[in-house]
Amino acid sequence: MTDKNKYIWIEYLIFVCAVSAFGLATKNTYYLQIMTFIGINTLLGLGLNMLMGYTGQVSLGHAAFYGIGAYTTAILSGTYGLNPWLALVCAVAAAVFIAFIVGLPTLRLSGYYLAMGTLGFGMIINIVIREWADLTGGASGFVGIPVLEAGSIVFMSGASYYFLVWGIVLVAMIICRRLLASRMGRALRAIHDGENAAVAIGVNTHLLKLQIFMFSAALGAVAGFLYAHFVLFISPGSFGFMFSIKIVTMVVIGGMASVWGALLGAAVLTLLPEVLHGFAEYEMIIFGLILMLVMIFMPQGLTQGIMDMIRTARRAKS
Amino acid sequence: MILSQQAHETRAKQILEVQDLTKMFGGVTAQDQISFSIEKGIVCGLIGPNGAGKTTLFNMITGIYRPDAGKVVFNGKDIKKTPVHRLVKAGVARTFQHVELFSSMTLLENIMVGMHVRTKAGFWAAVTRIPAMKKEERQSRRRAEELLEFTNLTADAHKMAGDLPAGRQKTAQIARALASDPLLLLLDEPAAGLNPVETHALGKLIQKIKQSGITMMLVEHDMSLVMEISDKVVVLDRGKKLAEGTPRQIQNNEAVMSAYLGNG
Amino acid sequence: MQEIVQYLFSGITTGAVYAVIAVGLSMLYSSTELINFAHGEFVMIGALVMVTLWVHLGLPLPVAVAGAVAAGCVLGIVFERFAIRTARNPEPITLIIITVGAGIFLKGAAMIVWGKDPFSMPSFSSHESIEIFGAALLPQSIWIVTAALVLAGGIHLFLKQTLTGKAMVACAVNKKAAWLSGIPSEKMGILAFGISTGCGAIAGIFIAPITMSSYDMGTILGLKGFCAAMIGGLGSLWGAFAGGLLLGILESLGAGLISSGLKDAIAFVLLLLILYIRPGGLFAAKEAKRF
Repeated sequence: MTDKNKYIWIEYLIFVCAVSAFGLATKNTYYLQIMTFIGINTLLGLGLNMLMGYTGQVSLGHAAFYGIGAYTTAILSGTYGLNPWLALVCAVAAAVFIAFIVGLPTLRLSGYYLAMGTLGFGMIINIVIREWADLTGGASGFVGIPVLEAGSIVFMSGASYYFLVWGIVLVAMIICRRLLASRMGRALRAIHDGENAAVAIGVNTHLLKLQIFMFSAALGAVAGFLYAHFVLFISPGSFGFMFSIKIVTMVVIGGMASVWGALLGAAVLTLLPEVLHGFAEYEMIIFGLILMLVMIFMPQGLTQGIMDMIRTARRAKS
Repeated sequence: MILSQQAHETRAKQILEVQDLTKMFGGVTAQDQISFSIEKGIVCGLIGPNGAGKTTLFNMITGIYRPDAGKVVFNGKDIKKTPVHRLVKAGVARTFQHVELFSSMTLLENIMVGMHVRTKAGFWAAVTRIPAMKKEERQSRRRAEELLEFTNLTADAHKMAGDLPAGRQKTAQIARALASDPLLLLLDEPAAGLNPVETHALGKLIQKIKQSGITMMLVEHDMSLVMEISDKVVVLDRGKKLAEGTPRQIQNNEAVMSAYLGNG
Repeated sequence: MQEIVQYLFSGITTGAVYAVIAVGLSMLYSSTELINFAHGEFVMIGALVMVTLWVHLGLPLPVAVAGAVAAGCVLGIVFERFAIRTARNPEPITLIIITVGAGIFLKGAAMIVWGKDPFSMPSFSSHESIEIFGAALLPQSIWIVTAALVLAGGIHLFLKQTLTGKAMVACAVNKKAAWLSGIPSEKMGILAFGISTGCGAIAGIFIAPITMSSYDMGTILGLKGFCAAMIGGLGSLWGAFAGGLLLGILESLGAGLISSGLKDAIAFVLLLLILYIRPGGLFAAKEAKRF
């Protein structure tokens, strides 16, 4: 991967065309809804993708940032009537702050410590959401989240929200790409390629990991914000351990350290329950199997793994 | 071209001073009260039989290990608590025995990463691409190109670092280390695996670097190279300093001979 | 005062369960440098298999116990063989995800086999609680604490006194050197896993009479076991034991004196505190390893 990738603009163009075409052509609100969810999930996956792919750390509580994003905006704009866009800023700030607190001591240590720290933290957030019923509505959930507006546009479910979400996804992708093509991105890739050497040339790996963790938390909060103003009703069940695992699965499938991989992973993960409609019981077994099999045999992710398999197959034939 | 701004400007006499440095791993004393100093601008060779503790010493000078006793004074400052990244900023750079170039980047990018401590653009600059960031990128790129030219690697600039042959990778490592504007450059077995032609080129490169005022210390097993380019040689054996002196003095030192060749 | 004693009793009881779980986790870590995020599910397996063998099939108690423990051990060995050893890239991140995936897989499988409804199980001995200082102590609690002590002590002796145990510790300290000395690190890995998951199953067996057993009981227990192991210091056997007891008591006191809803949060708050202040744990080395 090189700094200057002229083909990036072509990729973005294809992306924008595909998204726009789908959005304008489809009148079926169900399909639009699914695609919107894929977009929201992509945001979740993008941040975690950078974290796992470049710093080799796992966050097992990412649903917490999602939840913080959703509940902060729900409470501030729903209960207190604050402008939702301001609530977004607050949500992101809260998530980033918490990521700082959790990451500061743990990212200095091996990958297991952040995994455990985020696991514990994810649980705490979930419990707090459930128990602080006065603020969050508790286990029964929060009703009355206002709809997003910007000037004269009202973002309700359907095409308008679809374009809002995917617009933000595009911005997020551009941000990620820009990060990777910068001094910071080079340092990140250095950590990925050889952390010892990266340390030896003076990269402050601890700080960098912390920054990426905070960035992934911010994206998670944005995703939560978009989710809340989309479904207009949220409950703690959507922000638990299982969802954190799903986000990790997304990244694992799509391939870590890959911006398009985040999109693929989100797509697979969002569509999977639709495909498995009759087999809801087997959801856990399937997720568990996917995680195990992919990480055992194709740790670079499904995309890379499939490409490798094709390459090997081609070589065998010739 | 000024190879290292820092080295160019520093007026200090002693670049490195090691005093009674001791390090123990479990029950093994890897370094036993080692003391020596290195003046600015010289090339110091560190030799000794395998297991003498040379790489451990390097690791302590570069901040990877903390000494159990004694101290390391770099450019007048005790570096006991200094984290590695700050040491690099202060001017300590090193290469590794087993080349650790970054395989997902081109050679040019590898050199640019070496400049990490001398550049500033952070998260916001990267995302917003303000003019200052773009300017810094251009400058980094230019300096990287200069360094490649200095080490005769310009032709390989856009190849993936892992694709280069071993000898050129080792040179590239040195170029990357130079990118951080070091005062002191530590080379860990730079000639290992090189053929005589490449070793000769390495010697020439070291001379060129020396001319720019950068102080160097190298661990080497290739005796002819060490004796030829070093101004001073320190000999370690089983964690202790055995001898220190000019190459001529060391070559005539009986204790050194017996350490290498064994007694009787 | 009587209330506090009551809290203490229940705290020691749950603490002993956490201790057994933590001991298994810590032991695996000290032998293989691996953290098994699926550990809690083996607790669940132990409990549910016990329910099936003892309650549903009516087998005699010792047989049922042996069967449940065996189930835990065998599953652990299979897991090690197929999931851990075949992994192409044994970085922490990979292993974390593999064990997390395995945990979810086991949970999903348990849900299919045993369904979603919880099961209850009678105590091993009488149901009558003993009165001490005005507080009630269940006989099952005594079973649990005894089991925890015996287990921790047994493993301690195994690791310190037997040749196999010492070999296992050697493997953890320096795999290559151990291998060079002729220690079959593969077999050690299998053994470590088997003992660890066996411990998990035992915890499940002993906790089943006190709580309801269901397919989803393992997750939170496993997590709390981590917290306990971390509090005591990963890799330290008695640290895990003490950590478990400490956690149980603090949880019980916290639930009783402050709020029962936040009971579960206590473990995780403690975990974060330990990570912040003393990642090596209260009883182990001062620095956490930076592998």
